[in-house]
Amino acid sequence: MAPLPRNTVRDALSVSLTVGAYGVAFGAASVAAGFSVLQSCLFSLFTFTGASQFAAIGVVASGGPALSAIATASMLGTRNALYGIQMAPILRVRGLRKILSAHVTIDESTGVSLSQAPRGLEAMRVGFWVTGLGVFLFWNLFTLLGALGAKALGNPASWGLDAAVPAVFLGLVWPRLENNFLRLVSVISMAFAIVITPLLPSGLPIIATASVAIVMGWPER
Amino acid sequence: MSAATSWTILIATSAICLAIKLFGHYVPERWLSNKRLQRINALIPIALLSALVVAQGVVVNTHIVIDHRLAGLAFALGALLAKAPFPVVVVGAAVTSALVYHLH
Repeated sequence: MAPLPRNTVRDALSVSLTVGAYGVAFGAASVAAGFSVLQSCLFSLFTFTGASQFAAIGVVASGGPALSAIATASMLGTRNALYGIQMAPILRVRGLRKILSAHVTIDESTGVSLSQAPRGLEAMRVGFWVTGLGVFLFWNLFTLLGALGAKALGNPASWGLDAAVPAVFLGLVWPRLENNFLRLVSVISMAFAIVITPLLPSGLPIIATASVAIVMGWPER
Repeated sequence: MSAATSWTILIATSAICLAIKLFGHYVPERWLSNKRLQRINALIPIALLSALVVAQGVVVNTHIVIDHRLAGLAFALGALLAKAPFPVVVVGAAVTSALVYHLH
């Protein structure tokens, strides 16, 4: 067997720890939105895709109905299906391992794996598994810490949590804005959300903004 | 929020998100090769995350409300423009917002 690609493991672990640490923000925001500590931890264990988790509790926190929370989180999760299509032929696993690989197919595990392409197929596999399982471990650990911390700290506004959550969303969308068209989509989406906020019940403007993606993605460009 | 509502959201979100991940690992590639579907799918995270910035940053119930959170978001935007690492963006936004909150 080839020696473990050391640089790959180092890349994967540094991503795991940095990203996993945001579990603190999720755990805290989840408790502030009205979920219990146990529910917050179950979110991170079983939903395990950060943007969707933040979206679900974000819709709830803004007073939206359950269906809107579930739909927004699910739509944000659809990109993981595309990652799966890319990863399956690289990983080539079966049975329980395949199910596990699907569960840890997220932005970071796919990103690190694809970035290892110059180091070969084995490095891509190692990158995927170490990142996926590493983020899983740290994300869940830090979710618990954040949830417990939020319970202890009380009023989220007094320590800035109510601004940290939109900052997380801004930080998540930022690296995706690779060209002017994508920046335009983002700006129009924000403007659209602002305009329809007073017109729709709480929580619905978020899912309604998906229409911007459909309209702007429809024509060839 | 009632316990039934929170459990419904938790269980449904988890089940659907896992189903989506499994779908990607099991379907033949050609199923999702439609170009229009791919373009829209690439834009959906951008649209939804942008709407979430608004919903969490400047909305209370169904009203646009400018408060301490916008100061935090302004810091986050500046930090991202300055290519600051993610922890600086998030923690800085929280600290800025909390300062403005307490000064008021």
